[in-house]
Amino acid sequence: MANIGWKSIKGIPLIFTLIWIVGFASALHFLDKSVIAFLGILFSIILIYYTNSSKMVRMILGAAVLLLIIPLVAGDNRYYMEVASQVGIYVAMALGLNIVVGFAGLLDLGYVAFFAAGAYAYAIFSTSQANQFIPGELFPLTGDWFWPFLIVGLIVAAIFGILLGLPVLRVKGDYLAIVTLGFGEIIRIIFNNLDKPINITNGPQGITPIPQPELFGIKMSTPFYFYFIVLFVIIFIVIANIRFEHSRLGRAWVAVREDELAAQSMGISLLNTKLAAFATGASFAGVVGVIFAAKQTFIDPTSFTLMESIGILVMVILGGSGSIPGVILGAAFVTVLQVQLLKEFSNFLHSLQQSGIINLPNQLDPSKFQRLIFGVMLILVALYRPNGLIPAKRKKNDLDAIRGSKYSGGKLGILSKLQGKES
Amino acid sequence: MLSILPQVIVDGLTLGFMYAVVALGYTMVYGILEFINFAHGEIFMVGAFIGTEVLLISDSLGALQGMNPYVAFFMTLVISMALTGGLGVLIERIAYRPLRGAPRLVPLISAIGVSFLLQDLVRFTEAIARNEFYLNTPALFSGSVSLGFASIPTKGLIVIILAIVMMIALTLFIGKTKWGIAMRAVAQDQSTASLMTINVDKVIMLTFLIGSSLGGATGVLFSQNYGTIDPYIGFILGLKAFTAAVLGGIGNLRGAMVGGVLLGLLESLSGAYMGPLTGGAFGAEYKDVFAFSILILVLLFKPEGLFGEAVKEKV
Repeated sequence: MANIGWKSIKGIPLIFTLIWIVGFASALHFLDKSVIAFLGILFSIILIYYTNSSKMVRMILGAAVLLLIIPLVAGDNRYYMEVASQVGIYVAMALGLNIVVGFAGLLDLGYVAFFAAGAYAYAIFSTSQANQFIPGELFPLTGDWFWPFLIVGLIVAAIFGILLGLPVLRVKGDYLAIVTLGFGEIIRIIFNNLDKPINITNGPQGITPIPQPELFGIKMSTPFYFYFIVLFVIIFIVIANIRFEHSRLGRAWVAVREDELAAQSMGISLLNTKLAAFATGASFAGVVGVIFAAKQTFIDPTSFTLMESIGILVMVILGGSGSIPGVILGAAFVTVLQVQLLKEFSNFLHSLQQSGIINLPNQLDPSKFQRLIFGVMLILVALYRPNGLIPAKRKKNDLDAIRGSKYSGGKLGILSKLQGKES
Repeated sequence: MLSILPQVIVDGLTLGFMYAVVALGYTMVYGILEFINFAHGEIFMVGAFIGTEVLLISDSLGALQGMNPYVAFFMTLVISMALTGGLGVLIERIAYRPLRGAPRLVPLISAIGVSFLLQDLVRFTEAIARNEFYLNTPALFSGSVSLGFASIPTKGLIVIILAIVMMIALTLFIGKTKWGIAMRAVAQDQSTASLMTINVDKVIMLTFLIGSSLGGATGVLFSQNYGTIDPYIGFILGLKAFTAAVLGGIGNLRGAMVGGVLLGLLESLSGAYMGPLTGGAFGAEYKDVFAFSILILVLLFKPEGLFGEAVKEKV
């Protein structure tokens, strides 16, 4: 029933979206530190997506919100920009995993390993860490090197993806999930212990200080700059996603996802197709890893645990695997929930505790409820919305248009010879 | 270096039998539903917590004083098995049964969800009840039996004996009883089995009941043997037990036992000797890497495991 009700509304009126954006933007401008106003602005992206107007208008509106309104209204607030760039990092990662899980149907539980590969690639060579195993005092590199390292991170992670994928992709289904999980753990353990015999990753102490990016002598040290860097990477990844989705390779991925055997019989090379998905997804994670390392200026193996992999998987599945807007929504929702809503809630509980109204043990801090929330979300999504919040749309061919087209008039080949006899 | 070998082997056997019993749970469910019950490791963990709580509560009530440790242990075991068995059935009913016809990845996702949910629920409950979620289990057995070349603690001996008893009982149950035959029939073909008046739902429920109670029992054994438990022990141990099941040939009971013992021995040996053999470059911290590498290698080169039959793809 709810479905029918939803269908009868043909999108949200444009005027409503505009009022929403203006309302929340001014609210954020005048009421400083209003979390709700900031969330309202972020939510306006979804409204724009469902707005009842042409694609062009929606694109311009979305770009205006992301490139102008958010930086103008919230740009001087470090905290909001921090949240926004964090959301962006996870959106980019989720879009990368979407290629592996959503398009190709390969359940990868070790995705964060590729993220780690990118982050460590930049971290090791941009700090003095690399001097430990490369002779000559060549390092640390300056922040200018951040830009070429975006490409290096991409390549390193893609190589990692192929190296892991080559053996792993021979198994499939739930076995693949377990094997990638094991691989993720192996990578984490190795990064955690690779401080001997040769000190490469500096082990559990992690690597610091990782230089922040520089461009024409400007040091990009605040979250404000990272917001833009992440935004451009996302735009690049979204375009890549769309292009892939409708390419020959993308259709091969979907075919493999739907039925491996049938796809193979139609001449699709299983190994190449799956490897391409693995490497593409991994390379996006590598780029984001470089940005992450530069943003945090410190990395250690605790940032690359199984929890992170599961978190990104939750984003993809909650939003709708294979659906680009869905994955963006899922990633934004889960990140905001984690970094903002739960934190606010625990601050609220802390204030209650300080005034002596309630007494909570420290272990019940809501910001530590990640696993519970992920667990409940996964179960509920599996039971009630296995295709996610915004399910992927299949491109449908309009049969009537094909029949009506001027090319479909004359019969071709052997049929054209039959034409006379038929009538 | 070789002088510690017998002790390493005894420790490896204890660990291995523990893996073996947990692996039985994976194998049973996989054999019947062709589905990896990801939450099985967490059921094991819940079993460990229930066992510890039973001992802690009865200790605080003064009931443990003067009680024969074997009686206390048996009581703990029975309570833990009953509760985890029920938990397994409940999970199946809520999170798996509605998904039985769904694509294969969907129940797997639900199972990952269950396992994360259980971890935090246990942490939550313990944090409220005891303000702490790392628990120390009261030790029931302290002595050890000398075998001449090595000494085996009584608790380790109990693990091995109980594991063997559980395996034999399970093998007999599946081989000889009516319910066991029904289970095998459902594993072969669910729809044909249901035509033969077998209640498939009930059989699957029974599978989860038995598998989960075995997991719970191992939890009690684990907490007795290692002394400290936390809500996160289930995950890695579950993964290794799954490795054991795959090593032996998943769906095969005997394979699970052999795989478990083999994995335990390998892990114990690598933990003890990898450091000295590589001159300290790769120490015991790599033993998990070792276990996972075995999983990957087996899946690559002998996916049917040591005892399983190769499965032909159905078209």
